[in-house]
Amino acid sequence: MLRRSLPFVIIAAVALAGATAGALLYRAYKPQVLTASTEQQLDGKNNDTAHARGPAKAPVTIEEFGDFQCPPCGQLSEPLNQLERDHPNGVRLIFRHFPLITHAYAKPAAYAAEAAGLQGRFWEMHDLLYREQANWSKAAAPHELFVGYAKVVALDVARFQKDMESEVVKTRVAADQKRAAELGVTLTPTVFVNGKSVSGRSLNPGGLRAAVEAALAQVSPP
Amino acid sequence: MSRKRHPPTAQPSAISSRVPVIIYSIAAALALAGLADAVYLTVMDLTGQSAVCGGSAGCSQVLASKYSHIGRVPVAALGVLGYFAVFSCATFAAFGWMRARWYLTLAVGLMFLGTLWLLVVQAFFLHQFCRFCLASAAVTFLLAGIVVATAPSRSSR
Repeated sequence: MLRRSLPFVIIAAVALAGATAGALLYRAYKPQVLTASTEQQLDGKNNDTAHARGPAKAPVTIEEFGDFQCPPCGQLSEPLNQLERDHPNGVRLIFRHFPLITHAYAKPAAYAAEAAGLQGRFWEMHDLLYREQANWSKAAAPHELFVGYAKVVALDVARFQKDMESEVVKTRVAADQKRAAELGVTLTPTVFVNGKSVSGRSLNPGGLRAAVEAALAQVSPP
Repeated sequence: MSRKRHPPTAQPSAISSRVPVIIYSIAAALALAGLADAVYLTVMDLTGQSAVCGGSAGCSQVLASKYSHIGRVPVAALGVLGYFAVFSCATFAAFGWMRARWYLTLAVGLMFLGTLWLLVVQAFFLHQFCRFCLASAAVTFLLAGIVVATAPSRSSR
């Protein structure tokens, strides 16, 4: 009798253990909404090292922490640009570097973008790096490709190469990483809309648009 | 000089009767490993962690792709059901339930086909591999090997 019922007992025990483990994991990984204090938001706005598109006094600020080698960041790049284009007076888009250590070329890519920024072409390089992500992130020597991209966005290539190795660009990237640590950012992309992070499940083009439009509706009710 | 003969440690029939129990217990243990992997991937999907970069680029790209869901159901959740079914069948088979061996063959066969499709997707459509998906594929291939090695004959139905 016991032998006959034993498989049922084992299967029920595994089902129970699996459900419990799943529930505990879910609790551990449940997305947390990060919130920047008013002081932190002001600090972010006034920080002159940040790269921003859109009016400084826009009612909605999107602050993205991105990694050029992170595929989901690449997928969000154009939708974020589109949001800024759709609301030219309502949205300010800020990009900050958060190169993950798991991505070998993320930091050199961030330096390339910053070096382009020193010649006033940050966003051109930003967009190009995301567009070409699949190519350079698999390349054996991405630096050569970055130099090619510098030509595409009409940079002074010699200066670009020198700037990529400079302390100036490293300091700017480090400043963004410091701000990320202050806000509790651990993953990319992390996107704040008016100081409140858009959590995991909503971190897609539709979810971001909804969050931005809700923030716009709050500041200018119909 | 006479040679001392040791008695056999077990009768051949007793050994052969234990072999299926051991094999199906191994299959159940493998299914548990697959179940743990699939539960982890399902939780990552439900919490939205698969849509961000934390681990390898390959994983986030695979898990955030359109191929990772069928409708609104995460493929990993189907993996949970599949591995649980395999575990249940293997457990019953280990306890001598003959019919469970056929259900095990069916469940592993379906999972094997699903795994092949997911490997094709990763290799040819996404050009990225997710290590958790590859671990699951390895488990399914091992299970398929066990099922083929212990394929129930018509006479054992």
